[in-house]
Formats: sequence, structure tokens, C-alpha cells
Amino acid sequence: MKRIGIDVGGTNTDAVLMDGEKVVAAVKTFTTEDVTGGVRTALKEVVAKAGDAATDVSAVMIGTTHYVNAVVQRRHVGRAAAIRVSLPASASLPPFCDWPEDLAGLVNGGVHLVHGGHEYDGRPVVPMDEAEIARTARQIRKDGITSVAISATFSPLTDECERRAEEILLNEHPDARVTLSSRLGRIGLLERENVALMNASLIDLADTITRSFVDAVAESGLDARLYITQNDGTVAAAEEARLFPVYSFASGPTNSMRGAALLAGIEDAMVCDVGGTTADVGCLINGFPREANNVVEVGGVRTLFRMPDLLSIGLGGGSIVASDPLTVGPRSVGHRLATEALVFGGTTTTCTDIAVAAGLLDLGDRSKVAGLDKRFIDAALARIHAMVGEAVDRMKSDATEVPLLAVGGGAVLIPDKVPGISEVVHVEHEAVANAVGAAIAQISGETDRIYRDMSREDAIEMARTEAVESAVRSGADPASIRVIEVEDLPLSYLPGIAIRTRVRVVGEAA
Amino acid sequence: MDDMAALAKTSATEPAADRMLTLDDIEALAKGSWILGTGGGGDPYHNLLNMRRLYKDGYQVKLIDPMSLADDANVAVLSKMGAPLVGQERLPDPAMAVKSVRMMEDYVGRKFDAVMALEIGGGNGVHPMQVGALAGYPVVDADTMGRAYPEAQMTSVAVAELQCYPLTMADVRENEVVIPKAASWRWMERISRKVCTEMGSIAATCKAPRTGAEVKQHSIHYTVTKAISLGRTILEAKAKHSDPIEAVLRAGEGKLLFTGKITDVARRATEGFLRGKAEIEGLDGDAGKDMVVHFQNEFSVAYVGDEPVAMTPDLICVLDSVTGEGIGTDVIRFGQRVSVLALPAPSVFLTPAGINNVGPRAFGFDLDFKSVF
Repeated sequence: MKRIGIDVGGTNTDAVLMDGEKVVAAVKTFTTEDVTGGVRTALKEVVAKAGDAATDVSAVMIGTTHYVNAVVQRRHVGRAAAIRVSLPASASLPPFCDWPEDLAGLVNGGVHLVHGGHEYDGRPVVPMDEAEIARTARQIRKDGITSVAISATFSPLTDECERRAEEILLNEHPDARVTLSSRLGRIGLLERENVALMNASLIDLADTITRSFVDAVAESGLDARLYITQNDGTVAAAEEARLFPVYSFASGPTNSMRGAALLAGIEDAMVCDVGGTTADVGCLINGFPREANNVVEVGGVRTLFRMPDLLSIGLGGGSIVASDPLTVGPRSVGHRLATEALVFGGTTTTCTDIAVAAGLLDLGDRSKVAGLDKRFIDAALARIHAMVGEAVDRMKSDATEVPLLAVGGGAVLIPDKVPGISEVVHVEHEAVANAVGAAIAQISGETDRIYRDMSREDAIEMARTEAVESAVRSGADPASIRVIEVEDLPLSYLPGIAIRTRVRVVGEAA
Repeated sequence: MDDMAALAKTSATEPAADRMLTLDDIEALAKGSWILGTGGGGDPYHNLLNMRRLYKDGYQVKLIDPMSLADDANVAVLSKMGAPLVGQERLPDPAMAVKSVRMMEDYVGRKFDAVMALEIGGGNGVHPMQVGALAGYPVVDADTMGRAYPEAQMTSVAVAELQCYPLTMADVRENEVVIPKAASWRWMERISRKVCTEMGSIAATCKAPRTGAEVKQHSIHYTVTKAISLGRTILEAKAKHSDPIEAVLRAGEGKLLFTGKITDVARRATEGFLRGKAEIEGLDGDAGKDMVVHFQNEFSVAYVGDEPVAMTPDLICVLDSVTGEGIGTDVIRFGQRVSVLALPAPSVFLTPAGINNVGPRAFGFDLDFKSVF
């Protein structure tokens, strides 16, 4: 089975065409301001490079760091209004209360607390005030805000208040686009609301980006289905993914780590992925990224996502290097590397220029960096190596020496010797490990429903069976399926025994 | 200049142990309390957020030495009561905490001189700070549990058989309940728990007021300072990238019981509590073994196989193996890598009366208490 995997990063757009687990062709191109251009070029080049092998491509799987970069770099995020149905409770900690001020300043399109919400046992806290919501909706329309996140107390148990608030809102403000917190998170009002707000702030960007992906695939002439890769290493159909950009937040690092494991044939290792703007360090266990245990912050905002446990540092091929005093990053020229780096005729010294000057990399016009002082080059390299070493050390969870897989376009910046590391492993196609990871993304199956009048064990077993069936229907190999999430919430407000059970499984494409 | 001089004069007349807490102190307190909460008492994060906002608005908290209290001082013992899971959805509001205090002052007809925590563990370790900041009461460096426990009779003042009433309970709606009298601590627990459940399994409470003499004789002293220092140790270990678990063990004089990965969590919110158990598959040195940790809001008893390896009143703490952060019974979940630790119990609970109130039988386990230490 043939698939094309594409990774759209802040600097590079990479593509691979894979036949099963074999890389047939790989290309690396620059990300363009409009995104479409870069994806179109990458698709065209990888198909051309594969030649006759580029037939029967059944799927194009795209992973993108666009959404998470938007939040982290505070660019292209839209305004979103928050409606929280919780009063008279939770008034002292309103929406955005634990956001970094700069991001809240960009996103906060109005905070509206209204009366309503539920207790843990399904009783209303107070009756929902529908007139108050209608007034709020008119205010949001008057404010010119079109993206709205709605949260309500205990909405994962019953989403009645959120759905009713959405109805009232759309009635008063038909142009509004709504993200319901109950669709995105579990118990934990503040974190679930944070995720809903981030999703709402990215909804317009997600439209633009998804449309550009769809256009690029259509123009390529390939008769292939388009999927977007998700945080957990699985894929979602483009139309569904468009509504939930936050589910793609960590897909870039997940893809690169899974790609690295496949390319190296090593399942337990540290991974350092040096991109254009950042280097991500993570830990592979049995071929999968180690997950963060608890609360995960994205751009300084608390969430309850299941995400790879990553340490991102501001070090990449596009990181700006200054000489007096010596600094490396965190600012990066990003996708303008192609014009601003010295080796490409620009005037900004970047890590790429340092690597070319040190003879680690052959890129652009080498003569353009001939004038750099050798001591400056050595000092900059030493700084870069120290940054990598420190990041790897922080992410290691035990003392034994393990291999370090060096991947990403800036993998040459990783030193050969790193403390606590048995060997630094470079592999063929290491620069496009993320695209490889996208191409081998897994297929998931999920069940989330209420089971009645059976024991908890039976409910979980039944949910597991249903989730496996759903994954197999979507094309997963039954032998490879494993459970990644089990969650159950007893619903004491329903008569008899009722348990809301959610099971998520993933497997390799059959 | 006059203001500065006046300020210097005031502080010179105060006992040396009294001090204004900085926001850094409160941040460390939240970390330390979460460990001492042994999974319950609620994550202090929301209380900490309230405190950050209060400090930003210029409010501050004064911490006072319990031994500096006058014998006839009137001290409020405060907590937020309920199931920690509910606190994740109905967020704490300092105004509610203050309401429970005002209700008691109105009922008794006397203002409080200071406030203190019922339990230093979890969000309730930070809870009285909100009242101290917003309403201007000094906070006593003491509590009545030295950790967190789910029930009213599980305190040092209950073990000493001090008076258990009156008690006030505030709700976000216009519901206010005063329990003027109860026959015993257990009756107070049963009656207040019913009210709490009706209020949505969450209520701000002001327990039976204590005299300065009672606080000096029967509370557990300097637990705020202890929690702050435990929190600082963790923050410093993190800053130095050293092992936070080792730091907690050192600072808390604890023992490591088990290392592993959560494979199953069963929990239910019933009768105003969060009850259940977590199963942990051993890793590293514990590979091949399984631990089960039971909880009623807080972790109560831990088994490896059929063998009980730790039990209340020893503190059973489940920490994130990588970050050293406490993991609550309300958020513990499948896949987490955890280290299970025991910390020593406050000595008041090791007496026969103490074991009677907080030992394993008080949690429904037919076991004789055997300390890890």
C-alpha cells in the first residue's frame, strides 16, 4: 500500500512517498507564506522523484505544526469570545484567568459568565438563564466576534447546557462558529475551557489551511484521500480535522519520533528533532513517544491533552546567531531562511550558516560564510552542542545510557558525543523523519457511550470490543491494535447502573 | 518617611516568628500541600490562582506563630469540604470562604482574631490563605491533621475530644447552614456530609472555633512552614534538574514504596466522597509486581499482591515519577508513571485514640496498623 506523508513545518515542507515501510522517494522544500504553494511543490517533486512508482497512492497524510506555532508564536490567532455557563459558581476564576497576558490580549474577544451548569449528579446548579444567554449572544454579535467557545460546569457528564446555549447563540448570531468544551475535554473546567478557547481562536486559520491542503492534493491529480495527522499518531479525515485544529497540536513531534523509530529500527531511545525554529527532545518507549503525565502547557496555557512529553528549545537551522555577546536563538528567520541566511545571499547569521562554515553541511553558497571568524564559529557550535546536551539530559528519566536518534533538517547540529548517550544515530532520510511518521500514521477506533445495567468490567470490555471493531472497519490490522485510553465516569443521576465509558484503540494500517 | 518609620515600629513589636508571606511562599506552599494531601484535599492550583490574583491586587497574608496566640484568642478552623472531583468543575471562590467565616462570627457574636487550616494537605492548605488575604485575618502556622483526611473526626482536636460544634456551611447559592450542636465528631461528620452532598458535594465550612489555648495545646504546629519548605525543596530540585522524588523523600523523611505505571483506575463520587482504587504495574525494581492503592478522597491503604505495605495514618503519596508533582485521586489515570511514597504520620495519630479515629479500620480495612517507619 502506497502513501504520501507530508510534514508542513514553520520552515520546511517535507514529503515522502512510501510503499509499506519503505521510503521510495523523499524531498525537502521550503514552506511558503500561503502554505499551499509549499505543499503543491512538495507533492509535485516527490511524485516526480518516485517516477513510475508513484501509482496507486491511496492516501496523502499531512502533519502540520501550523496551529501550535500560531499559539506559541502568537501569530494568526483569531479573537474568540468565551461563554461560561457556571454562575453563581466559579466567578473568581473567569475564562482566560490563567493565560499568559500577551496571548490572552490577542485572543480574548469577551468573557461572558452566565447562570446555569450542572452538579456532578446531574441536577442543575441553578436553572440556566436563557434570556441572559440571548443578551450575551447579541453582545458578541455587536462586538463583531464570530468565534465562540462555550463551556459549562460538568458538561462532560451532560452537555445539555452547552448545546442549548449554542442553539440560542446561533439563533441570535447565525454567523457564529461554536466550539463546545464537552467535545474536547474531560472533567476539569478551566483546562477544558482553555482548549475550547484555543480551538475557537484557530478555527479560521484551520479553514484556510485545510482548504489549501485540499486544493494542493486536487491540483496534484492524485486520486488519494486526504488525512490530517493527530496528536496521538493517528489520522482524521480532513473535513473532521478542520473543526478541531487543537487535535493536531503535537502531531509534528509525534510524527518525527515515530518516523525516527521506523527509520532507525530502534524502539527505545531518546530523539532530538532539530527543525528550522525549534529542537524537540523526547523519549521513545516501544516505538511510541513517552506521554506527558499530567497537565501539558501549550504556549503557556494549561490543557489536559494526552501529548508526547517533549522539551522544545529555541534551536533550529533558522535560529539567529549573534556574536557580541554570543547568543543562539530563540529567534529564528523561519521560512525566510531561503532569503535571509548568509549562504542564501542574506544578511542574517543563522545556525545553518554556522553548520556550513564548520563544514558540517553543504548548502547554498559556501563562499558567503568564508569571512566568519573561526573562533566565533567554534564558540557558536560549542553553545549549540551544550544546548542539545542539556535538553537531552533534562528529558532522560533514568541513568542508563541509551541511543539518541538525530533527526530533522538541522540534525547536523547535534554533536557526536552527548553525555548519558551511548551513541548518536544518524539514519538515511533523517531530514524527513516527520514526513515518514505522517505516512505511517496509525488508524484509531473509539467508543464513547453510556452502558447500562452491567458491571464496570463488562462495560469496559464491551467498549473495547466496539472500539477494536471500529478501528478494523477503518482499515487497522487487528493483530496490531492496542488500547491507548480507557476512561469511565459513573453517572449516578441515571436510574440503575449507568457508566459512561470511553475507550480508544490504535493499530497499524492493514 | 513617616509611613516607613511607623511600619518599622509595628514590626519591631511583633513576635519574631510572625511574618508576611510572599507570593513565592504561597507558590511553595501549594506544591508542598499537594504532596501532604496524599491525593486528596483537591489540587491547590485553583486556590493558588486565586492567591496570585489577590497578591496582584495588593492583598497579603500574615503568618503567625501558634505559641504567640493569647489563651482566649478566637481562632477559625477552615476548610472546603466535598469531593475533589467536584472542585475541578466548581472552582473555589475566596468570597465563599469568607462567607463561612462571617456566618460563624454572626452566629457566635464574636469576631475572629485569626484563622487556620483544618488540614494542611491539598487545596485546603491554601484555602485559609484566601480568607487571610481577602478579609485581613492573620493565618496561624498550624493545622489539625498534618496532612489531609476525609472526615471530621480525623483531626487532632477530635482525638483530644474537644467540642465539635458549632459549624457553618456556605454554598454558592443563597443556602447557608449552621449546625448549632452535634452529639459527637462522628455525628457532626454525618450531618454536615449530608448537607454538603445536597449543596453539590462542595461547601465552604468554618468548623468549631478554637481558643488560643486549644490551638497551642492540641493543633499540629508549624505545618504551614513545613509545607512551604517541602515545596521549596521540590522547586529547587526541579531548577537543578535533580531527582524530585529523591528530594521529597529527603525533605519529608519518607520511604519509597513502589515505582510503576497506572493500569486501571476505578472511582465513583458517592455520599460526598470520591472513592475507588488505582492499580499500578511495577517498573524497574518492582517489575513483575502489582500494587493496588485504595482511596477515599485521600489514599488510605496500599497493597502489593495480598500484602498491605502501607496504611493510614502513614501518608501514602503518589507522585509523577518524572516531575515529582503530586497526583490527586481525582486526576490519577491510565498510563501515568508514578512513584508511591510513604511519609511519617503526625505523632498524635499514633496513639490508641488516634488509631481509633484514623487507622485502617476507620476506612473499612480490617487491619492492625503497622507503620512503614
